[in-house]
Amino acid sequence: MALLEVRNLEVKFPLRQGELTALRDVSFSLDPGERLGIVGESGAGKSVAAFAILNLIGRPGYIAGGQVLFEGRDLSRLSATELRHIRGNRISMIFQDPMMTLNPVLTIGTQMIESLQAHRAISYTEARTLAIEKLRTVSIPSPDARIDQYPHELSGGMRQRVVIAIALLTDPTIIIADEPTTALDVTIQAEIMELLLALCENFSVALILITHDLGVVAQVTQRAIVMYAGRIVEEGATRSIIDSARHPYTQGLINALPERTRPGERLNQIPGLMPSLLDIPAGCAFHPRCPHTLTVCRFEVPDYSGSAQRRVACHWAGAHGEVL
Amino acid sequence: MSRYRTLFRQSALLYRFRRDKVAIASFSILLLLLIISFAAPFIAPFNPYDPTQIDIMDSNLPPVWQTDGDARFTLGTDTQGRDIWSTMLYGTRISITIGLFAVLLQSLLGIAMGLAAGYYGGRLDSFLMRLADIQLSFSTLMVAIVVLAVFQAAFGSELYNELAIFMLILVIGIAEWPQYARTVRASVLAEKKKEYVDAVRVIGLSRRRIMFRHILPNTLSPILVISTVQVANAIMSEAALSFLGLGMPVNQPSLGSLINSGFQYILSGSWWITTFPALLLILLVLVINLLGDWLRDVLNPKLYKE
Repeated sequence: MALLEVRNLEVKFPLRQGELTALRDVSFSLDPGERLGIVGESGAGKSVAAFAILNLIGRPGYIAGGQVLFEGRDLSRLSATELRHIRGNRISMIFQDPMMTLNPVLTIGTQMIESLQAHRAISYTEARTLAIEKLRTVSIPSPDARIDQYPHELSGGMRQRVVIAIALLTDPTIIIADEPTTALDVTIQAEIMELLLALCENFSVALILITHDLGVVAQVTQRAIVMYAGRIVEEGATRSIIDSARHPYTQGLINALPERTRPGERLNQIPGLMPSLLDIPAGCAFHPRCPHTLTVCRFEVPDYSGSAQRRVACHWAGAHGEVL
Repeated sequence: MSRYRTLFRQSALLYRFRRDKVAIASFSILLLLLIISFAAPFIAPFNPYDPTQIDIMDSNLPPVWQTDGDARFTLGTDTQGRDIWSTMLYGTRISITIGLFAVLLQSLLGIAMGLAAGYYGGRLDSFLMRLADIQLSFSTLMVAIVVLAVFQAAFGSELYNELAIFMLILVIGIAEWPQYARTVRASVLAEKKKEYVDAVRVIGLSRRRIMFRHILPNTLSPILVISTVQVANAIMSEAALSFLGLGMPVNQPSLGSLINSGFQYILSGSWWITTFPALLLILLVLVINLLGDWLRDVLNPKLYKE
């Protein structure tokens, strides 16, 4: 049985200009220990999906439909107390900017011990020992000195290591990482991604990696989902998505990689911008930017075709693609 | 502990303090005033609360450097024959005590209300902030005058005189909580949107813990700044009330009641009864305000605007 199963999730934000649908018909599943990438441009709904899984959509947003089944229980129906036992305990989350996710006025030790004590009935000393041990796991040098430091005394990379250590503290079964390396230097990015990968493998933690960096997805994940304007447009094994993308949007993303261009040439960017979620084009949301637009694309939202392992929502791919 | 000591030694606050002459001077004067007022029983030559030490024959003596001055009474005596210098010391102690406790009460009330309003938002927020607006539309003095006058009329001045200090703390404390509530609410609204709050929610901490342990410490700098200004304000309010005869009773005078008691004789030449306590009051309020201004510049909370 899948560890996490998201079924037809729909998230809406009622705004003055009308109701904004940030996620529509999002379904995917995650097996224990599996590493899943969620890829898409800014505003595609990746982070909303992450927050929706933990039922942490900020007001005025709400989950309008669908289910998030974690070990068979629907997280969108649990009470606040039941949810607290899952958040940070069974499912942890790592955010984009480690400058912002640590409380600037508390030492990292205080913050680690606090999250441990929120979920385990253990003493301060035990919690501290565990916290130091986790800091060592994420390769922080001299953790017993570092634990009493404030976030501003650590470098960006160190801070993100601390954030990962906090996420690992309670030995969760799933870690959701929301662009964990975008705020870091390129050299540090690789280090942190390798660390995250190694930790997930060693402790067999399932990972949902949200990113717009296809390189990172290729390096870390086994399976990937591509999102566009709040919908999943393509899903499959990471290798097969990268090697033989079916959806014109995914193809566009891959072609836009700098590696696909000779030095001095312009990058192959996808023309146009992602539509505002308040004003999604009729039919396939991608059709105004798509190089293969068919007549049907303008009127009809494409269904998913393919198997559960490899699916794509595209009229063109359905008509022209090889057998999926 | 030694870690915190070194942190303090290296802190920007101490660094800025050492380089600011006004701050150092204000702080020294405030410290001196605090010491001499709280050590009043040991320093003051007389105890103004002890009727056996007061002789009506010594009344209205001018300061020692004037022709009729008496060597025992450096700054002269008041109409009841109390030594002005001693009474001022005791009075400063009362003024400072009222100021500090009133601000403590204000901050407890205001912080709780501001946190709740800012964090929970919605109807609770609207309710508490409208309450604050209503409270602010009555001036502190008006509220205090009504409450204290009613209390005096209802329970008699005997009981009032005994409880005056608590009543003043209560009235000034309750009348000024919206200042805190508004400042705290504004900071909470700003802090609440920061990612670390999302992060601790994801960790699964309870709302109360997030509010008090994570958001509150991040709003401390504006709280610190208004606290200093509010202490000065509370001392002023108390002095004003006492001057109007609604504050500390004559047998237990604060700086304000001293100024009041001398004011009636100022035209008959006894200028010293009012002048010296008034100068001390001005000095006290001035140094607290200067320190507050300095703190605001150092901590630079952008939210501190009225």
